[in-house]
Amino acid sequence: MRHEIYLDNAATTPVHPDVAQAVMECMLHDFGNPSSLHRMGLRAEKKLKEARERIASALGVDPEGVFFTSGGTEANNLAIIGTALARKREGRHCITTQVEHPSVLNTFKYLEKEGWEVTYLPVNRDGVVSPDDVRRAIRPDTVLVSIMHVNNEIGSIQPIQEIGRLLKAQGNSPVFHVDAVQSFGKLDIKPVQWGIDLLSISGHKIHAPKGIGALYIRKGVKIHPLQWGGGQEKGVRSGTENMPGIVGFGEAVRWLEEEVDRGYLYRLKGILVAELTERVPWAVINGPPPEEGAPHILSVSFPGIRGEVMLHALEERGVYVGTGSACSSRRGHMSHVLEAIDTKKDVAQGAIRLSLSYLNTEDEMRQAARIIEQCVKELEGFVRR
Amino acid sequence: MERVALLRYGEIHLKGLNRPYFERALYNNIVKALEPYEGITVRKAEGRYYVENIGDDPRVFDSIAKVFGIISFSPALKVEKDVAAIQKAAEVLLREAMEAQAATQKETFTFKVESRRSDKSFYLNSMELSRKVGGYLLRRIPNLKVDVHNPMMTVNVEVREWAYVYCQIIPGAGGMPVGTNGKAVLLLSGGIDSPVAGWMIAKRGVEITAVHYHSFPYTSERSKEKVIDLCRILSQYCGEIKLLVVPFTRIQQELYQKCPHNMLTILMRRFMMRIAEVVAHKEDAKALVTGESLGQVASQTIESLCATNDAVSMPVFRPLIGMDKIEIMDLARRIGTYETSILPYEDCCTVFVPKHPVTRPKLEKVREAEKLVEGDKLIEEAVANIEVLNIKG
Repeated sequence: MRHEIYLDNAATTPVHPDVAQAVMECMLHDFGNPSSLHRMGLRAEKKLKEARERIASALGVDPEGVFFTSGGTEANNLAIIGTALARKREGRHCITTQVEHPSVLNTFKYLEKEGWEVTYLPVNRDGVVSPDDVRRAIRPDTVLVSIMHVNNEIGSIQPIQEIGRLLKAQGNSPVFHVDAVQSFGKLDIKPVQWGIDLLSISGHKIHAPKGIGALYIRKGVKIHPLQWGGGQEKGVRSGTENMPGIVGFGEAVRWLEEEVDRGYLYRLKGILVAELTERVPWAVINGPPPEEGAPHILSVSFPGIRGEVMLHALEERGVYVGTGSACSSRRGHMSHVLEAIDTKKDVAQGAIRLSLSYLNTEDEMRQAARIIEQCVKELEGFVRR
Repeated sequence: MERVALLRYGEIHLKGLNRPYFERALYNNIVKALEPYEGITVRKAEGRYYVENIGDDPRVFDSIAKVFGIISFSPALKVEKDVAAIQKAAEVLLREAMEAQAATQKETFTFKVESRRSDKSFYLNSMELSRKVGGYLLRRIPNLKVDVHNPMMTVNVEVREWAYVYCQIIPGAGGMPVGTNGKAVLLLSGGIDSPVAGWMIAKRGVEITAVHYHSFPYTSERSKEKVIDLCRILSQYCGEIKLLVVPFTRIQQELYQKCPHNMLTILMRRFMMRIAEVVAHKEDAKALVTGESLGQVASQTIESLCATNDAVSMPVFRPLIGMDKIEIMDLARRIGTYETSILPYEDCCTVFVPKHPVTRPKLEKVREAEKLVEGDKLIEEAVANIEVLNIKG
């Protein structure tokens, strides 16, 4: 069989074999409901506690602050709507950026419809928001600031630490939410030291299964629940715990903490960028300079060759990538992120996203660059004149 | 008392000596359409079909409504030829009908009873039977009133080999049984128009073989899946559809590199027609079907259609030729293809669409431009690499 190279890890990652093993054990043997009074329930409760502690320790937070959700989208919804509802008497203004994930942007769009005011901060050409802009946007009635750590399309890293510090210096100290779905497991995150109140993470971006995520809630921060039931997760998120997902999430974090060399992704990215820019010198890198962006995301354009066509040409040769922008044959459907960093139309339409994981190899980077070069050579004859 | 459906067919009455052939085809198509429902039986009787052992799955009627050749049908109750049994069945159906129309007990509900008997040995004549059933219903259900001129509901009683009672007459798909009018090749793009065109021709009894042109990597695997989904929806009407997926990238690239760009679309369409004709000959199909509608886009002006038509000698059916886009969209919604057609996978490629297409191509110039590529060889190569899929609903 032909070797396939999977470079769409910002979309989702393959489940790590150790994680799959742990999930299977949980489904077949330790399948109890943590709320059950008998031994099976107790065993499940122990597993639940263990996973929660692992994740908490990776973040350097108290396990009491980790609340499991169905994934990043739910964590973001819970953080934003939950805060808005809990603090609606104190103010109805929120701050976020123009380059957030749809699960943040569309949640704020909903809040706007319900009467909240939202400020969407711009970013610079590298896709980075300015802390000064954040400071200037704060009003006496600002209750929530939500800013992502790593952008999912171009890999820009936001100055979370600085923003956290300046927010804490504010009199009304708005709640600070960070969407860390793309950065968790790849970059250092210190919620306590950085002044983060709420932090969203997701399992399937770090080799755990889909359908599991978590929201870190700093002690004392009020969150209004969005669903009601048996009072699991201290009433913040009712519903029988997704035990296979939680156990998988915990195992994935253990693997990342114990067995993975954090520098590895930057080494892979370095090789990929070097090979690619040598083979296709006219390739345009979108967003921050590769060494300043996240270690696993590279957005690159071959102007004139549509990203989608490139994607399909690559898949034919066993290389799987993402596009920077969703299907944009209809004009005006440019990616909101590429638009926010002022990308030219033909560059935006030519964007593909290469995203790496710890399971990729250095050789795959070289091969992928070679295959990309082949596809570019083949398609550049049909660039629209 | 048994739930059955009574199916009426129309146009095939006209076919004289061919009639048994059409009736057998329709019978087979009904049986095939109802195959997914276990235990159902289809029985042919004089001038109609009975579907028996229906059970309580309402989807059976949706399936019946999609069989071409059926002019109308009625969910009915089949009972013994006995007045008491007929009366009871009429009561059941009328109550159900009133419930469905949410008629409140207080309002007056008007009805009439119409009886027919093909079994003339039945001891009551039609008038007497109607009166007996009507009288019974008036006694049993409050606030009922007979209105022979403009009733809210008509209770029909037919006395044949059994007695059948029904209240509703639901329009069928009409047309003629698929397969009784030969075979045609449909050029199926994945847009709104071509599935409707295929449906209209199938409605006239024509078996459909579909060809789809696939330009990977310019169009995606998903756009192919979408065409498969469209075939699946069409096959609920036309039975199993053979879908031929033709690799088209090479031809588009050749045209792009060698021919004037303002003629790309027209040349591409000529190639599509030529390939479809080759396929039609192989499949023993007698005509091509397209979703073209006069003047809709640059490639569908009268001049463009002439230039496209010129590429083949086989008849080309264009059932949508005189329809407005709105009318086509309405029909697409009605037959159920619209929602799939508007999924955004098609036309993801704009590379090969000229910025300024000719709207009134000169036939001579088009023919000349076409000679710039090795057409026969390209077509042979494309046809040799066709992927064949058999799709059933």
